[in-house]
Amino acid sequence: MQKGRFGIHGGQYIPETLMNEIIHLEEQYEYYKNDPQFQAELEDLLKNYAGRPSLLYYAEKMTRDLGGAKIYLKREDLNHTGSHKINNVLGQCLLAKKMGKTRVIAETGAGQHGVATATAAALMGMECEIFMGKEDTERQALNVYRMELLGARVHAVTTGTMTLKDAVNEAMREWAGRVEDTHYVLGSVMGPHPFPTIVRDFQSVISKEAREQILEREGKLPAAVLACVGGGSNAMGMFYEFIPDESVKLIGCEAAGRGVDTLQNAATIANGSLGVFHGMKSYFCQDEYGQIAPVYSISAGLDYPGIGPEHAYLHDSGRAQYVPVTDDEAVDAFEYLARTEGIICAIESAHAVAYARKLAPAMRPDESMIICLSGRGDKDVAAIARYRGVKIYE
Amino acid sequence: MSKIKEAFADGKVFIPFLTAGDPNLEKTAEYIQELEQAGAGLIEIGIPFSDPIAEGPVIQEADLRALAAGTTTDKIFDMVKGVRDKVHVPLVFMTYLNPVFHYGYERFFDRCRDSGLDGIIIPDLPYEERDELLETANKNGIEVISLIAPTSRERIRSIARDAQGFIYLVSSMGVTGMRNEICTDLEGMIREIRAVTDTPVAVGFGIHTPEQAKNIAAMADGVIVGSAIVKLIARYREHAGKDIFAYVRMMKSAIEE
Repeated sequence: MQKGRFGIHGGQYIPETLMNEIIHLEEQYEYYKNDPQFQAELEDLLKNYAGRPSLLYYAEKMTRDLGGAKIYLKREDLNHTGSHKINNVLGQCLLAKKMGKTRVIAETGAGQHGVATATAAALMGMECEIFMGKEDTERQALNVYRMELLGARVHAVTTGTMTLKDAVNEAMREWAGRVEDTHYVLGSVMGPHPFPTIVRDFQSVISKEAREQILEREGKLPAAVLACVGGGSNAMGMFYEFIPDESVKLIGCEAAGRGVDTLQNAATIANGSLGVFHGMKSYFCQDEYGQIAPVYSISAGLDYPGIGPEHAYLHDSGRAQYVPVTDDEAVDAFEYLARTEGIICAIESAHAVAYARKLAPAMRPDESMIICLSGRGDKDVAAIARYRGVKIYE
Repeated sequence: MSKIKEAFADGKVFIPFLTAGDPNLEKTAEYIQELEQAGAGLIEIGIPFSDPIAEGPVIQEADLRALAAGTTTDKIFDMVKGVRDKVHVPLVFMTYLNPVFHYGYERFFDRCRDSGLDGIIIPDLPYEERDELLETANKNGIEVISLIAPTSRERIRSIARDAQGFIYLVSSMGVTGMRNEICTDLEGMIREIRAVTDTPVAVGFGIHTPEQAKNIAAMADGVIVGSAIVKLIARYREHAGKDIFAYVRMMKSAIEE
């Protein structure tokens, strides 16, 4: 495969202004990736700051209730800052610091990546600015204040659909204006090469741990691993070490919003087509003229019209399977997990839980599955109440 | 010699940009003629894109207005074909890769040839990725114009050596839009470009005053102005013809001094 490509996907489709910076980033990453000192520092941060390894929890009540495969939850929600995003952010901020950068910028949808970036920037003494769609700043107001508490400046992006894709547009524009001292901490396995590889490498700690943990518990590999997919960072992290294990089904759960047959969804594999956007060739939700489509999901973190290029490749090759999950199914799963296991997960992660509820009963009790619980759900409580028509006072 | 290079053969070239379909395609056709009559030597026509990541707010908003008004790539081809025999200067598309990719390279460049286009500028298609469509474009007589940025440094030579039509030298970091100061060492960059190629160099991004245009024209072969013209159209909508003409006339005489 060509450098920076996953099959036909990937590449570096970005303005000339950013090309040298991206090439420099690739060189620096290649160097530090193999630097024992860098790896030791990162490992220390992951262990002593982020709280890794994260638990692999056996969801016994859920297993009994669904009456099929044994269900394990990979508890990324228990990481510092409450999601898997910290894995990538600690890696990238440490890399940025080694590269001599003093300022980081990032896009955020639900706010989890923004909070994680603001956290790492505070820890490492870097200036931090976050770009967030105005609509998302409203549905995730708590996370905006959280980022500000951590010393970051949050820009509400008012262009386009005012959601995640517009936040990425604005972060790219900002980066093109100031590369000298600034690193763009891209939050998902997307964008121009080398970002999809960098983010996947930093997130693959999830499957590296999970694979060891399940072998220790079950003495054999799981039959399936599941994760929600927007850009696809927790899914790529959850899948990566299992890719060579052909018996393990890899299942990505996309946000189908109000349904894949409605105009209001963000299910890129189900509804998208091949395109080139945000620096990469991959699948995108777009119209007949290649205009990027406005997408919708109850989950701000999955509300993105594209998918990372490595996922597009895993889809093409048939190694992974991508399934749509609606808002309704995700909200039901959100409540189900809270009541059954006493875990309030992120509405993003609830998309994977929802599909597991369909899949598990059809599997044998001697099989197991792992669901990546990518984040915790405190941030979503108000939105779920609204969805259910419950009035609460925050 | 290509039609684009010919346009640079006698004197400094003023290159205006406008977004197709803002406020509507009939007006775009009319404004293209207005631009030529006022002294434009080459005209950039923007195919609007939903997410133009290299544009500042003025052109972003024009793109969204044009799309909201129902502008499509097919209708733009029809408009260009209609205006082609009324203007003589080279016409160049400026757009993002996805609308071209999704249309299909073969089909897109075939229609470009059929409509009488001369070149294309795609800001999110850097030198390394241009093989994507170079052959298909060239086969149809469409030149692919390369951009060089203040950060290009050691890339300048390879980009310049393989350049077609003219070189779009980006004056400043960041996105398109009017700036009061341009701090890049343009002179040094142009010297480096000229060391390896005789392809003309036009400078764009941020230029809006006659004084800036005059200073740039002293070093470069052409001056590109986008946001200032798009802003006039945003302000006067269907009645911008007179103001566009006056503005371009003023800029053109500034670069001729």
